[in-house]
Amino acid sequence: MADLGSAPIPPVGPDDHVRGEGEEGLVVYADLGCPHCAGAWRRLQEEPGRLVFRHFPVASKHPRSPALHAAAEAAGRQGCFFEMADSLYADRGRVDDPHLWQRVERFGLDLERFEADRRSAEVEARIRRDFQTGIRAGVTGTPAIFDACTLVEVREREF
Amino acid sequence: MIAVGEQAPDFSLRDQDGEKVSLSDYRGRKVMLVFYPGDFSPVCGDQLSIYQEVKPEIEEKGVELVGISVDSFFAHKAFQEKLGIDTTLLSDFEPKGEVARAYGSYVEKMGFANRTLVLVDEDGKVAWTYESPNPGEFPGANVIFDALK
Repeated sequence: MADLGSAPIPPVGPDDHVRGEGEEGLVVYADLGCPHCAGAWRRLQEEPGRLVFRHFPVASKHPRSPALHAAAEAAGRQGCFFEMADSLYADRGRVDDPHLWQRVERFGLDLERFEADRRSAEVEARIRRDFQTGIRAGVTGTPAIFDACTLVEVREREF
Repeated sequence: MIAVGEQAPDFSLRDQDGEKVSLSDYRGRKVMLVFYPGDFSPVCGDQLSIYQEVKPEIEEKGVELVGISVDSFFAHKAFQEKLGIDTTLLSDFEPKGEVARAYGSYVEKMGFANRTLVLVDEDGKVAWTYESPNPGEFPGANVIFDALK
C-alpha cells in the first residue's frame, strides 16, 4: 500500500515531463481536464527556466481527465507529451477519442502503439505515481505550482 | 472543538438517500467525520473530490469517510451525483447544525460548519481532530493519512 502521508514533492527525475532548459523552474501539478489549468498553462510557458508537468487528474470533478492524462502519457512515449498537453488545453471542446486520434495523426505518431500505451497498466501507474506525490505534498486543487519544493501558487477560493 | 479522548456525541441523521444513519452504526469501526460548509461550494467540491480519489487507500486503513453539512439530503444527493462521488453525506439539517455544534465545529456567524475532521475510533471515542483556519482552506488528504499512521 502506498504511503500517502505528508512529504515534499520529489526532486525532478529522468522520467519527469520537462520543457525548457536549466536546473531552475516551476513544477506544476495539473489536471488536463481542468479549465483553471488550461487558463494557467499559456502563462506558465512564459515563465523563465524549465517547466515540469506532473499528472493530477481528479476524475470525480473532470470525468474525462484520466483518459486525457493517459493520452498525453502515451503520446509522451513517442516523444510528443507536450504537443498533446498543449493541444488538449488549447482545444478543450475536442477531447473525445476521435479527436485524440486526429491529434495522433497530426503529430505523426503510431496510432496502434498509442492505443496500446494509453490503456496500459504502466501508463496508469505512471500517472498514479505523480498523483500520489501531489497528494503527499498537500495539493488540494489544480493547478498547484511549486518553485523548488515550495507551493507558490494555488487558486484562491472563499469557501 | 471537541477534545481528543472524549466520547463522540452520538447522532442520527439522514444520508443522501434519506436513510437514517447513526454514529453508533459505526461502533467497532473507525470513521472520519468530515464537516464541511455546504454542498456545491467550490472548495467543498474540491475537498470531497480529492478525498474520493484516495478513498480506497483510506478504506484500506480501516476507516470510513462520512461527510456532514447543514444541507438537506436532497441537496446531498444532487451534490453527490454532480461530483460523481460515493462518499456518504449526512444532513445536519434540522435542527440546523445541531451535530456540528455538538462537535464544536459550527460557525454561528456564517450558519454552517467550519471545515473540520474528527476521527472516531472503534469505541466511539474521539481519536484525532483537525480544524481548518478558515472555510476557504481544506486539509489535504495527506493530513488524513498522517493521522492514520
